[in-house]
Amino acid sequence: MSIDKATVAHIAALARIRVPEADRERLAGELRKIVAWIEQLDEIDTTGVEPMASVVEMTTPQRPDAVNDGDCRDKVLANAPAASHGFFTVPKVVE
Amino acid sequence: MELCDLTIAQARDGLGARRFSARELTEAHVKAMEVARGLNAFITETPERALIDAARADVRIAAGDARALEGIPLAIKDLFCTEGVLTTAASHILDGFKPPYESTVTAKLWAQGAGMLGKANLDEFAMGSSNITSYYGAVRSPWRRRGDDRPLVPGGSSGGSAAAVAARIAMAALGTDTGGSIRQPASFTGLVGMKPTYGRCSRWGIVAFASSLDQAGSLTRTVRDSAIMLRAMSGHDPKDSTSATLPVPDYEAALTGNIRGLRFGVPKEYRVEGMPAEIEKLWQTGIEWLRAAGAEPVDINLKLTKYALPTYYIIAPAEASSNLARYDGVRFGLRVEGKSIEEMYEATRAEGFGDEVKRRILIGTYVLSAGYYDAYYLKAQRVRALIAADFKRAFETVDVILTPTAPNAAFAVGEKMDDPLAMYLNDVFTVPISLAGLPAISVPAGLSSEGLPLGLQVIGRAFDEETVLRAAESLERAANFTARPPVLS
Amino acid sequence: MALIEGKTGNWEVVIGLEVHAQVVSRSKLFSGAATGFGAEPNSQVSPVDAAFPGMLPVINRFCVEQAVKTGIGIEGKVNPTSVFDRKNYFYADLPAGYQISQFTRPIVSGGSIALDLPEGRSRTIGVTRLHLEQDAGKSLHDQHPNLTYVDLNRAGTALMEIVSEPELRSAEEAGAYLRKLRTILRYLGTCDGNMEEGSLRCDANVSVRKPGAPLGTRCEIKNVNSIRFAMLAIDYEARRQIDLIEEGGVVKQETRLFDSARGVTRPMRSKEQAHDYRYFPDPDLLPLVLDPAEIERLRAAMPELPDRKKERFVQDYKLTPYDAGVLVSERQTADFFERVAKGRDARAAANWVTGELFGLLNKAGKGIEQSPVSADAIGALLDLIADNTVSGRTAKDVFAEMFETGKDAAAIVEAKGLRQVTDSGAIEAAVDRVIAEQPEKVAEFRAGKDKLFGYFVGQVMKATGGKANPGTLNELLKKKLSG
Ligand SMILES: [Mg+2]
Ligand SMILES: [Zn+2]
Repeated sequence: MSIDKATVAHIAALARIRVPEADRERLAGELRKIVAWIEQLDEIDTTGVEPMASVVEMTTPQRPDAVNDGDCRDKVLANAPAASHGFFTVPKVVE
Repeated sequence: MELCDLTIAQARDGLGARRFSARELTEAHVKAMEVARGLNAFITETPERALIDAARADVRIAAGDARALEGIPLAIKDLFCTEGVLTTAASHILDGFKPPYESTVTAKLWAQGAGMLGKANLDEFAMGSSNITSYYGAVRSPWRRRGDDRPLVPGGSSGGSAAAVAARIAMAALGTDTGGSIRQPASFTGLVGMKPTYGRCSRWGIVAFASSLDQAGSLTRTVRDSAIMLRAMSGHDPKDSTSATLPVPDYEAALTGNIRGLRFGVPKEYRVEGMPAEIEKLWQTGIEWLRAAGAEPVDINLKLTKYALPTYYIIAPAEASSNLARYDGVRFGLRVEGKSIEEMYEATRAEGFGDEVKRRILIGTYVLSAGYYDAYYLKAQRVRALIAADFKRAFETVDVILTPTAPNAAFAVGEKMDDPLAMYLNDVFTVPISLAGLPAISVPAGLSSEGLPLGLQVIGRAFDEETVLRAAESLERAANFTARPPVLS
Repeated sequence: MALIEGKTGNWEVVIGLEVHAQVVSRSKLFSGAATGFGAEPNSQVSPVDAAFPGMLPVINRFCVEQAVKTGIGIEGKVNPTSVFDRKNYFYADLPAGYQISQFTRPIVSGGSIALDLPEGRSRTIGVTRLHLEQDAGKSLHDQHPNLTYVDLNRAGTALMEIVSEPELRSAEEAGAYLRKLRTILRYLGTCDGNMEEGSLRCDANVSVRKPGAPLGTRCEIKNVNSIRFAMLAIDYEARRQIDLIEEGGVVKQETRLFDSARGVTRPMRSKEQAHDYRYFPDPDLLPLVLDPAEIERLRAAMPELPDRKKERFVQDYKLTPYDAGVLVSERQTADFFERVAKGRDARAAANWVTGELFGLLNKAGKGIEQSPVSADAIGALLDLIADNTVSGRTAKDVFAEMFETGKDAAAIVEAKGLRQVTDSGAIEAAVDRVIAEQPEKVAEFRAGKDKLFGYFVGQVMKATGGKANPGTLNELLKKKLSG
């Protein structure tokens, strides 16, 4: 399926980026071009190839269960655009 | 000799011999920073901080207690979080953000006595190859084409770092390299740019772009300085799960000048269509230099080279789309108010991110979305595995690989800018190495016909930065690159 | 199988449960911030939990072990390699814009849970998987007219998501599943099972169908915070779907909330948007590889779990399955019982623990771990009954006092002179006295009014201050009255 305006609107919504109607056609064109270009990977036979998990040939390290962070509310809130009574605040969410 | 022209190694000797103080050295660089403000190399200048750092260094030097980078003033790419100092990633969306913590790599540099001149400009979230996507404006290279006064790009994304070191504002700079963001600007500005092995330097405290590719590195004026910087930056960090647990060698000691018997690979797939003849010629010259030093060239195949870029442009945006989801106007940075939280998210992210960042987030979201994940993301990770296997095979027969760093010299601000794909091609020689997580360095090797620097790239085995540096130093010696940006004369 | 009657015939309800169990640990799954419940807002938040730029996750070894233990406890397969994925979505209390979870390769695959149903019935329910993931923060929607307050204390706390197969067929079975799962978690100590504090939360997937028909469209009821509510929510939801279908409507796949005040489920507004979580392996974390020796060490250190324990209680102690089931429902209770029963009459021990002790604990609103009477103290009391120092009847009074004062049985018996009179001479004297004092009643008895025997027993007991050994008393009284 080719990328059209509706695709752009859909992925922009998933990514929570407002894309004005007027920009969607242009973006669709740009993304179409890029996607067509990356589709050259189809030329490569990858049957039986395990997708790369990481370039680091290690397993994930595990840390001990110790409390050595947190307890720094002022630091955590210092950069907040809006905070009140020790909470971050956002426009009301309706569940 | 001007203080700003010194290399780190020279300054170390001069400071040790008390020929000048760290304060004098730093003052000279602070002054250079003011003079060269037109380059827009910095987002935040921290001269007071640099002078305090220098005063402390002088105390240590006087006490005979100097550390590896004592009194050396550096520029820090504004992708590294610095405690209490504005950190922006060159994005509007991080407006006003002052991290309550210091990145591991910068903390290591300060622990070795280095000083901070400021936070260097970059492409927004390190996404770009020309440093034109910064919210804080494009960086200009101190270089000019012969007889052409149009401003040139310094390369990207570590463009501010490169411009600062090339213009002798900083003795060295921290950069990050995701697909070439240290090596390509180094090539464009006549510097040594080192991307260590993925996992060599901690990523903790570096604003993430693409987590499986991002790696800290340095821009310096010599290979020796690169070795000094790397030793200070490296080491296991328990706070980064992908950080290697290997010991850190004394990289400077690896610079023996002896590459006799070294086998270096020459991959024919790097002869790409449309590459200027002068770059091909420079590459040949590089091969001759290494051969003359006693190394042996070996023809190798890296068959998947041309697929590295499209692979990269799936994986990097996919990771970025997720890494950049945290910029939502809730806990830090820009917030554009909205009636609902959804409106707030969409308005904040629409205004906070620039066009290239948005484009990559959208691509990344698309390739991960339902129905496309297997066809794009998984496919790319399979190709990535094949690319890494190609390198692994090559390194069974060679010790390093020699290639050009970039398929072109620096271009003018405004050139190549309308076509994202044309811009992506800048990284054609650097991206494969990033996908494989290998160490690589760009060394200035000559000038283009227009008088612009061109670099050669030395690629090594994982965690074998020592051999990379040794071969690079050999090239450096042979190339004897002494050209200086015209701005300085 | 419990079928629900509708206008068009009987319906079967199909339920699958997703349980989120908070792992008992000091620090969070990927950060060193504390996990305690009820702290000041945002006081247990590290820059990692708040997803500040450049922050990276490092996994907590203890949380991994807890998941492995739980996996073994539900008879699942512990996977030597598992992978952490990012589940991407935007929500106010999800700081990174993604949750680190496990998608394609969970730490535990498969498993089963045996339900204890009324009348000794039992059913085994399959567990699909158990995976580790991080919790989100908490949004408070009712503190301000147009703002939501966000507290990230809970963000990043380790959760085990335990997913059942859609094999549950009634609210009752769902309740039994949750009870059993909670019991197992508490036995293992991997989750405290406290639903009020949110350390155990349940999402229920509910659909209905005619018996034998293919699966119907399901609705997911989110975040139910008690077993009773889960059962009420399922019953309500099943009935709602049946009524809807029978009235010609169609069940829409959606996420619903249970309104416990009104006893109804309603669609969740904020989750209406189509989901596309864009899972992919978290590049900040490498695959989690478990050392087989470590798994074996954990397996060897597993406590005896409720099903096995119950079997043993029935076998070794000859308890009824019901009593055994009651005793094993909490590990502390089972341990308590075994301590009381050690070297004693186990059935008597079981009766005392489930009868007298539970009765007083219930009245006092206390758990067994807060019992003012220790297992050894009850054991000592049972010993006094066994060696005839006190009668069973007296022992109940003694026990009440032990419960109240914390004193031990022997001391109370001594202080109050409650030692049972076994000296037949003393009892005989009392019997003689009662017979002598009540000639008319004796006559009535001898004339055939057998019921009066109890009256005489009472009188003699009264005369001995309740301390007469009942056996001796009965024997003597019978002899004297008939003679
Ligand atoms: Mg779920
Ligand atoms: Zn979950």
